[in-house]
Amino acid sequence: MRRLARAVILVLPALAVGGFMALFFVWPIGGVIARGLGGSGPAAVLGDVLGSESHRSVIWFTVWQAAVSTALTVAVALPAAGAMARLQFRGQRIVRALSTVPFVLPTVVVAAAFEGLFDRFNLSGGGALTLRHTVWAILLAHVFFNYAVVLRTVGAHWSALDARVEDQARVLGASRLKVFRRVVLPRLAPSIAAASAIVFLFSFTSFGVVLVLGGPTRATIETEIYRYAVTRIDLETAAALAVVQLVAVVALVVVSNALERRRAVAEPAASFANAPRRRGLGLVVNLALMAAILGLPIAVLVERSLAAGRGGGYTLRNYNALADRVNLLPDTALAALRNSLTFAVPATSLALLVGGAATLVVIRSGRRGGRGLGRFFDVGLTLPLGTSAVTVGLGFLLVLNRGPIDIRTSVIIVPIAHAVVGIPFVVRTLVPMLRTVNPRTREAAAVLGASPRRVQREVDLRVAARGLAVGAGFAFAVSLGEFGATSFIPRRPETLTAPLALFRLLGTPGETLRGQAMALAVALMALTAVAVFVMDLWGDSRRGGF
Amino acid sequence: MLTVSGATVAFGRVKALDLIDLEVATGEIVAILGPSGCGKSTLLRAVAGLQPLDTGEVRWDGEDLSGLPVHRRDFGLMFQEHALFPHRDVAANVAFGLRMQKMEAASRRRRVRDVLALVGLAGFEERQIATLSGGEAQRVALARSLAPKPQLLMLDEPLGSLDRPRREELTEELRSLLRGIGITVLHVTHDHDEAFAVGDRVAVMQSGRIARIGTPADIWHDPHRGEVARFLGHANVVTVGEDGAVPWGRLPVPAGPAVVRADAFSRVDDSVPGDDPVVTGTVADVRFRGDRFELRLRTDPGDFELLVRDPHPAATGDRLSYTIDPAKMAGLSS
Repeated sequence: MRRLARAVILVLPALAVGGFMALFFVWPIGGVIARGLGGSGPAAVLGDVLGSESHRSVIWFTVWQAAVSTALTVAVALPAAGAMARLQFRGQRIVRALSTVPFVLPTVVVAAAFEGLFDRFNLSGGGALTLRHTVWAILLAHVFFNYAVVLRTVGAHWSALDARVEDQARVLGASRLKVFRRVVLPRLAPSIAAASAIVFLFSFTSFGVVLVLGGPTRATIETEIYRYAVTRIDLETAAALAVVQLVAVVALVVVSNALERRRAVAEPAASFANAPRRRGLGLVVNLALMAAILGLPIAVLVERSLAAGRGGGYTLRNYNALADRVNLLPDTALAALRNSLTFAVPATSLALLVGGAATLVVIRSGRRGGRGLGRFFDVGLTLPLGTSAVTVGLGFLLVLNRGPIDIRTSVIIVPIAHAVVGIPFVVRTLVPMLRTVNPRTREAAAVLGASPRRVQREVDLRVAARGLAVGAGFAFAVSLGEFGATSFIPRRPETLTAPLALFRLLGTPGETLRGQAMALAVALMALTAVAVFVMDLWGDSRRGGF
Repeated sequence: MLTVSGATVAFGRVKALDLIDLEVATGEIVAILGPSGCGKSTLLRAVAGLQPLDTGEVRWDGEDLSGLPVHRRDFGLMFQEHALFPHRDVAANVAFGLRMQKMEAASRRRRVRDVLALVGLAGFEERQIATLSGGEAQRVALARSLAPKPQLLMLDEPLGSLDRPRREELTEELRSLLRGIGITVLHVTHDHDEAFAVGDRVAVMQSGRIARIGTPADIWHDPHRGEVARFLGHANVVTVGEDGAVPWGRLPVPAGPAVVRADAFSRVDDSVPGDDPVVTGTVADVRFRGDRFELRLRTDPGDFELLVRDPHPAATGDRLSYTIDPAKMAGLSS
């Protein structure tokens, strides 16, 4: 009887998650694959895609820009990760929290910030240096966006390393540089590899940033899928490219998961506290660099949104204009913001529901020895994290107008698409958090008289509450900023989201529209940051007491 | 009364518990003493129900506990690293077991206050776990285990994470506290001073077996086995031949291994006739130990090194003779 109850507890969420993902992820992706491979078979499609000179150069560009973005991000963020891990200074927690902001910003907002930056410093063409619509624009934005990934992943690992080992090496006669190369770097390698894999994945599937900042000449697989599907209405080629993208992403996810597992094995729990280190010039340089890389684009974006234009001076005109109708858009920018907020609520709830159930399966089956199912869900749910939103969007476009549900033209397709993109973030937040629960704590609760069910409520659920809050913040932010999948949804006033409106505004020349775009970007950025911060704080306050 | 009989637990090829038999009378404190990896923590986990037994059984007052899950055993277990709930304050940690017993809030608060006072942490109710020192965390963990008044309290290296002086101080406190409330206790430690101080009886565990069990004095004076003697810090374990022959002379003990305690030696003054020295040698090393000196004596015949405790000073290279008190040596079973 108890066995049956256990099985039901494991199977029900598994079915729910499986059902949702099958309907809104596997089926659309399957549709893309079916269409992509078409009647001519995999070999022929691959031959067609790889045989075309232009496709080959797009694939090559996708790979190398992702590689360079990754290398640059690691190079820039590694010293900062060391400073954050090894030094203690006032305001450290605030710096750490702020450094995460770029990562949760909508990609179109990031693109807007860099467009604003180039305008402000005359780098948009005509000046001594042109960055707009160059590969540099893409690389810089990727560094900005992914900085926090390296800072957090490597930083957390770094602070868990015993600093006395480095002191020992110094005493034995190694210079600072040698200590870093011989003692620190080899120990950090697993987390650097894991962070790099994630940054590479994000840069590889980056859409909004490339579409806006790359201009008409720079294209990645992702933007090509969009161009073929939406602009040229050539769904066959779009789907074929999406298949190539999918293969690459699956390979990357498998590699990144393998790297992460190795790290989990190699790292013993730290049972010591590192003594605080001397702060010096290094810290100042690192903080200054961080402020320049992360702070400057945001500051300039805000400044641009307030700039009055040619005459100089500052005004709120751009913000007021958000309520005006523009020919370009089916509704006002303000209505788009309202739509985005309206979609974010159901999208977040859905992501939490499915993501929470999935976490239950991953954690429970992992603990009970049913590793297969847990691994399957763990890896399976990372796939959407990497699977480009564009592919999901294309899949929705291809299949959701027939079969069991015809919702392609319905409004509910938007929050569903957002939830699909948000679910992996929820799972990825919850699973590691629950895994950090010390098994001794559970045992202590059991010895004190808590039944297994009670242990779960008293120990796991408390940790999960914080994870759910953080995951909710993420899912909300993802929904607010979702652009890749949403850009495939038929254009109607009700489905116009803020990122879509922002994209259209950015893509059209004219000073007035530019100003409006900057104001809309700031508004979207503020909403996103507030969502993430509030959830993070709420999660924190839930920790103490009962 | 706790009865463990024939308890065996194997992890792969390693037997963490190998046919353990142990009885703990109600109100008795038994210290389990052994080096790390001897299986002593596994024994506690098995009694608590956290570790299923491969064979054997655990009984409480004659009742088999094998079907009883951890949370219904009404035993307390204090972990080495304390395992406090990091997300609750001190009061909530201590009250946890009481909440599980569904004690009503007012009496719960009273009990928490009383137990905290008992461990010397009166007024600590609202402190966060992260702000506690090692010693404070240890007391909170103890209070948490004591609060539900368990039938049996198990302590797994409760002082393991503390530094030497704190340890000695808290060993004293723990001893009088446990004696004071008259609770049945299984106390695991690797420190023989701690085991001797706290335990009514001490069980020395080695490689999953109980090598020796008895009162602290019994075990100290008569360790029975060479490994036990060495683990207790007896340096002079010698093999005695026929007629009491040892490398440097003769001892009045039967053939086989024997232990000669370092305090069994008395220095023989050559100018005073009468005392027959049993052993003579050259001092190889002297260590000052406050109230005494510890000498490494290299024996004349046999070239054997003995640890000798001597109240009188000596210098390296001195030639000294000693008699040995037969009451302070014991034969060991091999």
